[in-house]
Amino acid sequence: MIKSLFYSITFHTIMIILTILSFPFMLREPVDLPPIVSVELIQISDKTNIPYAPKARKIIEETKKKEERIVSEQAPPAAKEKEKPDRIPLPDEKDEQKKIVKKKQNPEEVKPQIRQSSEFEKKEIIDTNQIAALIDKAKEVEAVKKKDSNKITQSNKKNSFATALSLSEEDALRAQIFGCWSVPLGLPYDQDLLVRVKLQLKKDGTIMKSEILDHERMNKPGQKFYKVLAESALRAVRLCQPLKVPPTGYEKWKDLQLNFNPMEMLKG
Amino acid sequence: MIRLLLLNLFFFLSCSKLFALIEVDITRGNLDPLPIAVSPLHVDIKSEETKNLKTKELGTKISEIIENNFKNTGLFNPLKKDAFVQKPDIAHLKPRFEDWRLIKAQALVTGKLLVIGGKLKVEFRLWDLAAAQEMTALAFTTTPSNWRRVAHIISDKIYERLTGEEGYFDTRIIYVSETGPKNQRVKKLAIMDQDGENTKYLTLGNELVLTPRFNPTSQMVTYMSYFRNMPRVYLLDIETGTQEIVGNFPGMTFAPRFSPDGKKIIMSFAKDGNSDIYTMNLDNRVVERITEHSSIDTSPSFSPDGKFIAFNSDRSGLQQIYVMRSDGSNVKRITFGKGIYGTPVWSPRGDLIAFTKMHKGKFYIGVMRTDGTGERLLTENYYQEAPSWSPNGRVLVFYRETKAGDKGKGFSAKLWSIDITGYNERRLLTKTDASDPSWSSLLSK
Repeated sequence: MIKSLFYSITFHTIMIILTILSFPFMLREPVDLPPIVSVELIQISDKTNIPYAPKARKIIEETKKKEERIVSEQAPPAAKEKEKPDRIPLPDEKDEQKKIVKKKQNPEEVKPQIRQSSEFEKKEIIDTNQIAALIDKAKEVEAVKKKDSNKITQSNKKNSFATALSLSEEDALRAQIFGCWSVPLGLPYDQDLLVRVKLQLKKDGTIMKSEILDHERMNKPGQKFYKVLAESALRAVRLCQPLKVPPTGYEKWKDLQLNFNPMEMLKG
Repeated sequence: MIRLLLLNLFFFLSCSKLFALIEVDITRGNLDPLPIAVSPLHVDIKSEETKNLKTKELGTKISEIIENNFKNTGLFNPLKKDAFVQKPDIAHLKPRFEDWRLIKAQALVTGKLLVIGGKLKVEFRLWDLAAAQEMTALAFTTTPSNWRRVAHIISDKIYERLTGEEGYFDTRIIYVSETGPKNQRVKKLAIMDQDGENTKYLTLGNELVLTPRFNPTSQMVTYMSYFRNMPRVYLLDIETGTQEIVGNFPGMTFAPRFSPDGKKIIMSFAKDGNSDIYTMNLDNRVVERITEHSSIDTSPSFSPDGKFIAFNSDRSGLQQIYVMRSDGSNVKRITFGKGIYGTPVWSPRGDLIAFTKMHKGKFYIGVMRTDGTGERLLTENYYQEAPSWSPNGRVLVFYRETKAGDKGKGFSAKLWSIDITGYNERRLLTKTDASDPSWSSLLSK
């Protein structure tokens, strides 16, 4: 009787400890540290150097003289052999290369999609919205399903288990995209401005696939601004590639989600 | 038992794996002007020559107007044509995106035009160079003399597609043209395109004209004129040139302005020595009193939904801005800053009120939220006033008086524009001195 009670207590205790360790919500919220501002160190050129104080100049000149002496005492660097090119391409090959380039430069002709329009009536020649809607329709059902699970936004709910990037790595990436993202103006302040872009990256940081997670919102009436905003986010990512990703841990960051939200910036 | 334990351990650990997607928040971007390339439009070889218009140059001229419009917004940086790798003669074909990306362009405008049978047909395409895809494509047909308007309409469409808000290029500005010395000023009503072109004079200058204001729904203008020292309010149809008197009003009458639906005008005039706010229904000419206070109430302006009116009043001592319901109830003071506030104008977007502020001998044009919070002074000078909103609520036009001539004895009044960020201030070129500007709604709406 006592033995079985002892077993029961032991196993229950182990189970409780395991549960505490495994469930993420049991963890404490991470300390909300202010974002780290990356600072680029630039060497100031000689021209912009401020003049030395008169006393300091003497000391500097003396140290310079000493340095010069040390340099002159050193042996001259060994002369390197000139590197030969691996292989000179044959003239035939050169021609082939040129041909390929020529093919590329021939511009593709635009198909005659423009239809007649009447006096001052403007007509959308290609209704990109409709095409996008057709393509998106297939994805829509899936997206709706995903929506609920994807409701974790850029808030503090973001899981600390998933931090495969160090703070400085994450900050470097963030700073890179800040520079590429031209925020469209005319966005309504009272609307949800969060655009979530899911990326699949190659090892060198170039983009294999990019997807707007709430793409069905782009074609909804009254959400024109969202389309412009989502496009600006995609443009930023494309302009920025290759993204500044860590050299290691590819498996962890090959799928990346960027949450673009200009609300803070617009509200000042 | 151990197996059970291991199974449990595996289950819990696999649960935590579900949260493995890395998320990075991007909360800031840059507000640098977007580099855009506007290729000269390709002129079709079948195009015919027309009177007073060199068809061959039309493609370049239209692209220059588009470039100029973009440059004036401060939001775009049109790239110099010298840097273009691709020539305009293949502009009707699909662009070589790598050539344009090479010169750091992010968007590209291409197009072609054809003048045939007395008609001008213009097509244009906007390309996203980063994504290597077309963003929009439109075609217009009109008479060749309308080529400037076509350039403005194209600018509007591109602006709308890239910023998400309506453009303001296919619009006009009405103002009071001023000539002569200050004590013998000749004032005429004048109208021009928003880029300063196509100036036309609407009155002869025999009578003093003041405060022209556009109807937000049509090309109709209301303005004041003095006839035998009596203020009169007129209605002028810009399209037909017809003009009618709305009424004679007693004493000092100020700044008539349309209601958002264009069916009423709102103004202030002095009755029995007291200046209050009144509306007049333009259908039946019935005048309704809105405020009844012993103070001076002037410069009323409706909110775009027509539910509220902003005005200035000295009921608290100094002149300040107040907001009330359109029936005159629920009057609330919204400015409490130092100085005198005047000429409130409600933004067409409904989010801001523009105003003129006078403080320590200087004049400021500023904006604030409709409850008076978030005051931002956009520009400062010795004399400037009368802000008027562009139809998209992004830019303000106003006039500024400065000293001019030998030893600063003369004076000059010019039109200026500034966007709501306060960074993009520009002078609008007018043929004469100018004051009291008012911006029209979009002509093609």
